[in-house]
Amino acid sequence: MQALSIKDLTKTYATGTKALKGVSLEIPESDFFALLGPNGAGKTTIIGITTGLVNKTSGTIEVFGVDTSTEPEKAKMQMGLVGQEVNFNPFEKVLNIVVNQAGYYGIPRAVAIPRAEKLLTDLGLGEKMDQNAMTLSGGMKRRLMIARALVNEPKFLILDEPTAGVDVELRRGMWEYLTALNKKGVTILLTTHYLEEAEQLAKHVAIINKGEIVESGTVEEVIAKHHTGDAKESPGYRGGRLEEVFLKLTSEK
Amino acid sequence: MTPFQLWVSYYTMLRKDIVRMFRIWVQTFLPSVITSCLYFLIFGSVLGSRIGQMQGVDYMSFVVPGLVMLAIVTNAYSNTSFTFFQSKFFFRGIDEILVSPTPPWLLIAGFISGGIVRGVLVGTIVLLVSVFFTGLHLAIHNILIIFGFAILTALVFSLAGLVNGVYAKSIDGINLVPTFVLTPLVYLGGVFYSVHSLPQAAQYATYVNPIFYLINGFRYGFLGLADIPLWISLAVLCGMIIFLVAVNWYLIRTGLGLKQ
Repeated sequence: MQALSIKDLTKTYATGTKALKGVSLEIPESDFFALLGPNGAGKTTIIGITTGLVNKTSGTIEVFGVDTSTEPEKAKMQMGLVGQEVNFNPFEKVLNIVVNQAGYYGIPRAVAIPRAEKLLTDLGLGEKMDQNAMTLSGGMKRRLMIARALVNEPKFLILDEPTAGVDVELRRGMWEYLTALNKKGVTILLTTHYLEEAEQLAKHVAIINKGEIVESGTVEEVIAKHHTGDAKESPGYRGGRLEEVFLKLTSEK
Repeated sequence: MTPFQLWVSYYTMLRKDIVRMFRIWVQTFLPSVITSCLYFLIFGSVLGSRIGQMQGVDYMSFVVPGLVMLAIVTNAYSNTSFTFFQSKFFFRGIDEILVSPTPPWLLIAGFISGGIVRGVLVGTIVLLVSVFFTGLHLAIHNILIIFGFAILTALVFSLAGLVNGVYAKSIDGINLVPTFVLTPLVYLGGVFYSVHSLPQAAQYATYVNPIFYLINGFRYGFLGLADIPLWISLAVLCGMIIFLVAVNWYLIRTGLGLKQ
């Protein structure tokens, strides 16, 4: 079973910008999948269309075999999204943000409150539950967004640059948390600009550039296919092998 | 989603809005009460005594239904338009609902219900305040008509506010319609006078004002007096509801002004 199956997905914005030019992608169930690409490559558009935030121009998307166009509610029931931007009301209490999100999935408060409390505690926000979200630091806000995305216990978790602007210690904590989730069977789709993050966490990877998938496969396959080792000669170079492949593929197009 | 899950989602949206409106009660409830008190004082006590009677009733009693309706219209409208606009632009909190399995029709129901609650609540408060100015002689002809018109009017203007909230691209877009469209329509819709006291041409102009029909029906509930038959008011109200539900359904379902 594929957790996500995208076929010939295109998106042309009202401005005329062709963000996606026939993207096809498959993410197996229980995979940890990294979608990589430079800014404006189309990563967030794919995520937006998958989760119902952006209208597609053409193509099909299935989540665990459920078409997101014909049965959007059924498909959304299985997903959780950690967006790129902070998108909660800062005047609301931390606990309420998570409990309300559960409510939109039809989870009653009696179930949602203990579940939200556990998630927030696990993510290190236990002492902040009764505070307004505006009092949280940047890293805490990111963790709150993860808690919110997990409150409906999704089988498929989508994270759009969750570690952007997060310090090293917190980032590593997030990696551990996400890896543990994946081991429990949650399929994870991650977009990130930290290539070493993708190299360490992901089983499969796809590289998108200018609205087209330019490479995909397991991390080892992609590295083996394109890694030349030339970059080691570049002065000051400290990146990993995937970073080298990424730069090669995205600059060639 | 199962019916129970749909109910939970609806309850979540409504509860969140009601908690918000009570948290900022100084902004949501108080302004209409103060404005109404001023109207009662000026048009009722000061000018009303000189006007005497309108359609055979004391002028103060005549203006009360119109002023209650004014409170319902403005509060229902502004609550929905601002809440939706705020969640779309300021925090992008609307994404929380859009990514969830909550269907579009329930999203509409959730947002407009908040507007109905606020409109009816503020209308009730204004009505209670008016009792002090009418000397506890508030006439009630038919409580069901009063209640029915209050709810349906709040529904109409919640729906209209949602259209405004969906289309608005800036905070100016939220303020323009209430200032330049809604307020003039309410004032010229017969809050302070009977349409029969106007010249013939002005009467015809009033008949194309939808708010006239709402005030007419609401006033009938209090005084048993109407400028036009009640069924016409009800028909106009139902027509507006059907039209606005269709517009909202189309906007939310297609994501126009909401999704990219």
